[in-house]
Amino acid sequence: MVSLKINGQHHELDVDPSTPLLWVLRDNLGLTGTKYGCGIALCGACTVQVDGVPTRSCVTPLSVVGDREVRTIEGLSADGRHPVQQGWVDEQVPQCGFCQSGQIMTAAALLENNLNPSTADIDSAMSGIICRCGTYQRIREAIKRAAAIKAREVNHG
Amino acid sequence: MDEPVQLTRRGFLKVAAGAGGALLVGFYLPGCSRSDPPAAKTQAPEGSAPIRRDTPDQQDAYAPNAWIRIDPDNSVTLMVASSEMGQGVMTSIPMLIADEMDADWSKVRAEFAPVNKVYNNPLFGRQATGGSTAIRGYWRPVREAGAAARELLVAAAAQRWGVSPDSCSTADGQVTHKTSGRKVSYGELTTEAAKLSPPDKVFLKDPDQFDLIGKPVARLDIPAKVDGSAQFGQDVKVPGMLIATVERCPVFGGKVRSFDATKAKAVKGVKHVVQIDSGIAVVADGFWPALQGRKALKVEWDYGPNADLSSAGIRKQFADAVANGVQARQDGDPAHTIQSASKTLEAVYEVPYLAHACMEPMNCTADVRSDHCEIWVPTQAQTATRSTAMKITGLPAEKIKVHTTFLGGGFGRRSEQDFVADAVSVSKRVGAPVKVLWTRDDDTRHDFYRPSSYNHLSAALDDSGMPVAWIHRIAGPSILARVAPGAVKNGIDSSSVEGAKNLPYAIPNLLVTYAMVNPGVPVGFWRSVGSSQNIYITECFLDEVAKAGGKDPYQLRRDLLANHPRHRAVLELAAEKAGWDTPPAAGTHRGIAVSESFASYCAQVAEVSVDNGKVRVHRVVCAIDCGTVVNPDTVRAQMESAIVYGLTAALMGEITIKNGRVQQGNFDSYPVLRIEHMPKVDVYIVPSNDPPGGVGEPGTPPIAPAVANAVFAATGKPVRKLPIRIET
Repeated sequence: MVSLKINGQHHELDVDPSTPLLWVLRDNLGLTGTKYGCGIALCGACTVQVDGVPTRSCVTPLSVVGDREVRTIEGLSADGRHPVQQGWVDEQVPQCGFCQSGQIMTAAALLENNLNPSTADIDSAMSGIICRCGTYQRIREAIKRAAAIKAREVNHG
Repeated sequence: MDEPVQLTRRGFLKVAAGAGGALLVGFYLPGCSRSDPPAAKTQAPEGSAPIRRDTPDQQDAYAPNAWIRIDPDNSVTLMVASSEMGQGVMTSIPMLIADEMDADWSKVRAEFAPVNKVYNNPLFGRQATGGSTAIRGYWRPVREAGAAARELLVAAAAQRWGVSPDSCSTADGQVTHKTSGRKVSYGELTTEAAKLSPPDKVFLKDPDQFDLIGKPVARLDIPAKVDGSAQFGQDVKVPGMLIATVERCPVFGGKVRSFDATKAKAVKGVKHVVQIDSGIAVVADGFWPALQGRKALKVEWDYGPNADLSSAGIRKQFADAVANGVQARQDGDPAHTIQSASKTLEAVYEVPYLAHACMEPMNCTADVRSDHCEIWVPTQAQTATRSTAMKITGLPAEKIKVHTTFLGGGFGRRSEQDFVADAVSVSKRVGAPVKVLWTRDDDTRHDFYRPSSYNHLSAALDDSGMPVAWIHRIAGPSILARVAPGAVKNGIDSSSVEGAKNLPYAIPNLLVTYAMVNPGVPVGFWRSVGSSQNIYITECFLDEVAKAGGKDPYQLRRDLLANHPRHRAVLELAAEKAGWDTPPAAGTHRGIAVSESFASYCAQVAEVSVDNGKVRVHRVVCAIDCGTVVNPDTVRAQMESAIVYGLTAALMGEITIKNGRVQQGNFDSYPVLRIEHMPKVDVYIVPSNDPPGGVGEPGTPPIAPAVANAVFAATGKPVRKLPIRIET
C-alpha cells in the first residue's frame, strides 16, 4: 500500500510505487484536472504542487512523493476564486483550456515567492508550460493582475 | 427589424413542451429519424468525474432536435452544434441565439449537441467544425430560432394580458406591455408558449439593435477551465472502463506480420492484448500499466511499400514534377512576357510537413454493445464519428450516440477518424467500455500532416519596376485526394492552390499550376490549410519582386491592391499602427504581409531582430476584417492564437521522414513556441456590417511571411524555406 496526501486528504492505494503521480491522480483518484500532454516533463500540462513546488507529475513516481503534500488544481481553492484563477477569468486567458491547470498551478507557486513579478520573472517561471493556443500574452497579464489581487488581499487580510 | 424575414426552414420550426414545464424550440427536418438520440445532460456517476450520459429519467429532459430550452426558473439552455476547441464557439453561438431572444445572458448556459442532422453545419451539410465556418454557417438559422422563441413568448404574454403582441417589448428575459408597464418573465410563459404554433416569419434584428453581438462577452467555458472541471476526451470515465494504448507500425502503411503478447500480458493490470487495423492494442485497468504492457510487446512488422521513403526522396519527386503541373489559373501570357522582359527573377520556395501537436493527444472512449454503441470523443466531426462507428459495429445510426467533450486543441487534426476507429474497434473486441489514449510520440508520428510543397516562382518587371508577369508552379501532396476524391477536378486540389490561385495583386500576366505528388505521407487539414503555406510563398516572393523593382514592400502591395479595397484597408491599418513610415527601433526590422482566407482579410507587420543566427520576433501588429464581429475579445484571442500557431511553423516546425517514418516524436524533437518567445501582439479590428467571415484561421497565413520578410530586410537574403534558418 502507498499512502498519499492530496489536497489535504489522505489516500491509501494499492499501486506500484514506481507509478507516476499523474496516473494515480487521473486513473485512480479521478482528479482529471491535471493533464497528460507529453509524459516526459516537456510540456508542463501535468504540473501540480508538491510541498508548494511546481512538479511534473508525469515523471514523479509515488515513491518520490512520499508523505509530502500534493496540491492539484482541484485543491487550489474551494470556490475557484484563488487570485490566479480570478486573474485568469479577468483576462479571459483559456482557449481550449487543456494546458491551463498546469499554467495556473505554476503561476500560483510563482506568486507565493514573488509578489511583484516582472515579465522576465513570469517568462522564466512559465517557460516550461506549453500552450498551443498561444495564450501566453494573456498569461503574462493575468499573472500581473493576480499579483495585484493578492497584494490587496494581503493588505486587507 | 422593419420587415419580417421568411424562415430559412419555414414550416419546420418546432415548438414543444419539455419535462418540468419547459419550452423547447428547434427545427424538425423531414427524413430525420424520430429516434435520433436526444441530447444528454451532464451527470456525475458515482465515484468518477462527471460524464455526459443519458439515463431513462433524462430522456424526456430534451425534445429531440431542440436548439433552445427555457425552463420555468428562467434558465435558458442553448445547444451548440460546433465543437469547442478553444475558438470560443461555445459562447459565440449562444450569443447569436440569446441576442435575438432578448434573453437574460446571466441565465444562459450552453451544452454540446448530440449528433443529429438538424445540427448540421449548413456550409458542410454535416455536423462538423472546421474551415472557420461555425459563425458563417449558423449565423442565420440559430438567430431565426432565437427570434422565433422571442415571438412565441411575446404572443403568450399578449394572450395572457389580452393585448396586441405589437404593444409588447422584450429585454433581459422579460416581456413588457409598453403602455401599462406590466412585466412577465420568460420562465413564467413557457407552458403557454409551448401550446402556440410557431411563426413562419420572424423579425431579425438590425445590427444597431444587437445587445450582445459585437460586445466583448466573457466566455461561458472559462470558469470550468480554471478549476479543472472542464471535461476533455482524456478525462472521460465510464463505469467498468478500461484504458488502452496502441502500438502502431512506425512506417506509414506498414502492417503487423506477427506479435507475441506473452510478456505484455504478464504486466500487472493488463487485461487484454488485441490486434486491430491500426496495430496492437494493450488494454489495462489504467494507462500506466497499459503503457508498460506495450513496452513489453514483441511485434514483427511488414513495413510495406514506404520503407525507403525519405525527405530527400520526397523533395526529388516534387522537384521532378513541378514543371509539369496542370493549370489552376491563367491571365494573359506570362510565359511570353517573362521571355521578352528585360528584368526577371525566379526562386524555389519550400515548406515542410507539419504536425498539428494539439496539447491533448488523440483519444476516444467507446462502449460497444451488441445492440448499441456510445462514444465520448473530442471530435471536430460528429457525423463522421457516427459513420465510423456504424462501419465497424454494423449498427444503424440511431443506435449510436456521440457525446462531444471539450477538445484540447483541434486545428483540423480532430476531423480525422483514426482515433475513433481505435476505440470502437478495441471496445468491440474486448466487450467493455474502452478509452484509447495516444502518447505524444504516437500523436506526432501518426498525424495527417500539413502538406510539404516545392514551388517554382518566376516574375517579370517592367521598366518602372512594377511586376507584369508572375508564374507560380506548385508540387505537393493532395489532402482532397484522400478525404474527398470527387472534389479533385482536372487534377487540381483546391486546397493545394488556395492562397496562390487567388493572388489579389494586379499583375496582368499570371499563371498558377499544380502538380499532385502523393509520396505516401498522410496529409490533412492544418489550421488555414493551403493558405498556411501559399501565402508565405507568394508574400515572400512579392518582397523579392519589390526589392528587384526598387519598391517599398508596403507601397507595392498598396499599389497592386487598388481593386481590392478590403485587402487594402487591412494592409493600410496594419502599416499605420505599426508606424511603417517611421524607422524601426535600432537593430529591428519590419516585414509585412496580407492575405484573404475563409472570407476574412488579415494583414500583419512583424518587428524582428536577427542576432547571431537567432531570429527574435518582438512585436506583431495585426489588422483583421472579419465582417460583422460577434465577440471582439474572441476575435482578438484568435488572432493572438493564430499568430502563435503560425510562428511555431515559421521558426521551428519541421517533420522529416527517414526510412518511411517520422523522425520527430516529443516536444524535444518537435519544439513549439514557449512564453519567452511570445511577441507583443496588437490586434486592430476593422468595424464592419458585412456578413461574418471566419475567425479561427485567417490570422495564421500572414505571420510566416511577415516574419520572413522582416528577416529578408535584416539580412538582405530572402527566406525561401521554412522553418527560417539563418546561415551564420
